[in-house]
Amino acid sequence: MAKTHVTMKVNGAEVEGLVEPRTLLVHFIRENLQLTGTHIGCETTHCGACTVDLNGMSVKSCTMFAVQAAGADILTIEGVANADGTLSALQEGFRMMHGLQCGFCTPGMIIRAQRLLQENPNPSEEEIRMGISGNICRCTGYQNIVRAIQYAAAKINGVEFQEAAE
Amino acid sequence: MNYMTPTREQREAKLEGMGCKRKRVEDIRFTQGRGNYVDDVKLPGMLHGDFVRSPHPHARVKSINSEEALKVPGVLAVITAETLKTVNLAWMPTLAGDVQMVLADGKVLFQNQEVAFVVATDRYAADDGINKVVVEYEPLPVVIDPFKAMDADAPVLREDLAGKTTGAHGPRKHHNHVFEWTIGDKDLTDAAFRNAEVSIKEMISYHRTHPSPLETCQCVCSFDKIKGELTIWGTFQAPHVIRTVVALIAKIPEHKIHVIAPDIGGGFGNKVGAYPGYICAAVASIVTGKPVKWVEDRIENLTATSFARDYHMTTEIAATKEGKVTGLRVHVLADHGAFDACADPSKWPAGFFNIVTGSYDFPTAHLSVDGVYTNKAPGGVAYRCSFRVTEAAYCIERGMDILAQKLGMDPAELRLKNFIKAEQFPYHSALGWEYDSGDYHTAMRKMMETVDYAGLRKEQAGQREAFKRGETREIMGVGLSFFTEIVGAGPSKNCDILGIAMFDSCEIRLHPTGAGIARVGTKSQGQGHETTWAQIIATEIGIPADDIMVEEGNTDTAPYGLGTYGSRSTPVAGAAIAMAARKIKAKAQMIAAYKLEVHEGDLEWDIDGFRVKGLPEKTMSMKDICWAAYNSVPPGMEPGLEAVSYYDPPNMTYPFGAYICVMNIDVDTGVYKIRRFYALDDCGTRINPMIIEGQVHGGLTEAFAIAMGQEIRYDETGNVVTGSFMDFFMPTAVETPHWETDFTVTPSPHHPIGAKGVGESPNVGGVPAFSNAVNDAFSFLGSTHIQMPHDFWRNWRAAKNLGVFAA
Repeated sequence: MAKTHVTMKVNGAEVEGLVEPRTLLVHFIRENLQLTGTHIGCETTHCGACTVDLNGMSVKSCTMFAVQAAGADILTIEGVANADGTLSALQEGFRMMHGLQCGFCTPGMIIRAQRLLQENPNPSEEEIRMGISGNICRCTGYQNIVRAIQYAAAKINGVEFQEAAE
Repeated sequence: MNYMTPTREQREAKLEGMGCKRKRVEDIRFTQGRGNYVDDVKLPGMLHGDFVRSPHPHARVKSINSEEALKVPGVLAVITAETLKTVNLAWMPTLAGDVQMVLADGKVLFQNQEVAFVVATDRYAADDGINKVVVEYEPLPVVIDPFKAMDADAPVLREDLAGKTTGAHGPRKHHNHVFEWTIGDKDLTDAAFRNAEVSIKEMISYHRTHPSPLETCQCVCSFDKIKGELTIWGTFQAPHVIRTVVALIAKIPEHKIHVIAPDIGGGFGNKVGAYPGYICAAVASIVTGKPVKWVEDRIENLTATSFARDYHMTTEIAATKEGKVTGLRVHVLADHGAFDACADPSKWPAGFFNIVTGSYDFPTAHLSVDGVYTNKAPGGVAYRCSFRVTEAAYCIERGMDILAQKLGMDPAELRLKNFIKAEQFPYHSALGWEYDSGDYHTAMRKMMETVDYAGLRKEQAGQREAFKRGETREIMGVGLSFFTEIVGAGPSKNCDILGIAMFDSCEIRLHPTGAGIARVGTKSQGQGHETTWAQIIATEIGIPADDIMVEEGNTDTAPYGLGTYGSRSTPVAGAAIAMAARKIKAKAQMIAAYKLEVHEGDLEWDIDGFRVKGLPEKTMSMKDICWAAYNSVPPGMEPGLEAVSYYDPPNMTYPFGAYICVMNIDVDTGVYKIRRFYALDDCGTRINPMIIEGQVHGGLTEAFAIAMGQEIRYDETGNVVTGSFMDFFMPTAVETPHWETDFTVTPSPHHPIGAKGVGESPNVGGVPAFSNAVNDAFSFLGSTHIQMPHDFWRNWRAAKNLGVFAA
């Protein structure tokens, strides 16, 4: 099948590749760019393991073609850590609050949560739950994911994280 | 005391040993997308394999034509049963003593069964190839309903078993019969029912569901023709067993097979068994001489890899008028699908279902299980439970509620009246188990006090009155569950897999500078072993957990172990770790005595080293002992500080718990609202409370999904109608309730550190709590049992059937 040349910005760097028109964005990211933090869980846009940030929106990269992302500005989990290599507030929050177990959904969850906090820097628990409802986790039961995002929100806002009372 | 000397507390804290909420070491890589899962494995020249699957649930395969597929650019090979026959791999043995087709051999027996394996240069080309393979089918009559599978005129499913009246587990009664398993005293139990003042009988079904870890099953197989070695990276919960199975069936010497289970994206039982994908990828690698990757997609995972449950349990309890249980009789019809590929220990055709007497002191019980074949996907995995324990717990916990209803007793009161008492442990159950330890009354009462059980019942009574007066359309349910899990498979006297005893193992090597590596026979799929195993070692030998690296999943380096499932890691491998550490400590003590010039018996352990009794200044830290172990051991002693332990547990462990669910249901819509869910677990010694809590949250969420909506459904023609996350209920953060956790601690008396295991308890105990809440809500309208899953529609239908709508 004839290939198309695509260029895009991924984690701040200009990248390019030759892809078939049918190549999914997630395969371009994982196979061509060798960025394997973005995972594939369902291939039907349900689970969110493949979530990337594309031009300021959370996008499921398993149901988008790479050619559709030509020229886009994309952020994957590999581009999330602080510039000095330390964990970002969200990454730290997931670790501190035990917001992950097998870790398979975590990259997509963090990418989604990062966009959520940019849209709503101080979300309520309900807003967080609604905000991550496009991302499935089979291990944690979400409770600690919610706390992880609350932890990060507090840290980003420069306030002390306080656990909600049971 | 010198002000620089750390206090006892500081020294203890530095170790981050057992009881510490140590943050997980795994998370550093997972939060950065630096995990290494199977699909991340890329090898030079790697090919991709994908399956042609059957659209029919039962059909004769008249022909397979690969001609056009082989013309597709990139397609290198199409493997069929005929190809596999040349290497004697058309059928494979299952863990349950049955055999299973790897690729359709003459006919197909369930929808989406593997028919041919297309190997190509990339996954897109493989998919193109699949679409060009032409298979001619002749449809055959289909059996979906297990209750019809043993009708005299039911279609013959397993033609390969024609004429076989004996199966792996005894006589077969019918051409679609798999096995019959009976246990208990039938005469005594029948007598208990004849003499019973009160008895109940109910058909309680536990529907077919599926573990669905977020990462599907997958592997990369690479055969090196020159060395004659096969390397397999795979999503394996039990890598060593996979290596042995491959050695047995592929006839490659076991030392030339390297099985590597890297990071695994959840297992829940789904990744215990062997699937056709593994065999086909290995054969394809041998045939092509190149590495071959097989990655299952979600539809394939849901429809063709191992299901869970599908148990239909006719449950009878005999009791006195005062509510003392006198007998339990259960008959199970077990739907095993097309092949009996259950992941059970070899001698247990129905797993540990005979824990069905639960937490209650039944003087007698009798159980029989009939397995049947149907045109459904094979398997039967212990989905977040220890081999059919979820089914058993659901059966008895629903049964006890039905009995309470019949007696007009409060279900909590009935349970308290029948619990095995703390002084009865070790307790011998009527169906043959020896429960190690328990204190059920304390756990139950703590739960009842915490949630104000009496207050809830009072509120419910008020709500019911209001409903009857027409003031509300909401009904309220209070669902109790008290469960006893049986985990830690297991003692060699009870358990083996394909003849291999179910021990587990650990090897610890301490290096001169006081840091070390522990290699363990288990394989974490998210349970945090790298974190908790180091904590056990830290407490046992006084080396900080941060200085112990834990490695699992590589059969070249880890000692032989039976893997991670059935909550067996802590009860079995956790013990092996402690025992290996104790061997090291014993040698360390000899070295310390030599260096301190005292008798060994003059030394006592002190957090992170030894000190001379009565001379607290005279000490030697474990770190210093490590150095000494490599340069100045006592004369005649081998240098080094390492140990390996293979632990065969003397008994299973029996964690337990008391759960309660409070929910409201709107009868006009069937919509439920979980108001409260409280879970008290007793898993013995708690190694990392943070991880335990996380496991409980996750298990409860899976229980919620199963009880309230998740089901693998087939229509009567054999089509799977729940083949994606669109129609197979996957709870998101929005539906999932808030969880309250609590605990008591009753250590296991036979386990070196008293730990019992917890990962599956919340699923085992959670499902009956949800179901009992729904059933309790409807009970005052005259209903005794409503089958799971309790989704909105079924709730609405139940309300309708109970006549709550005006004519």
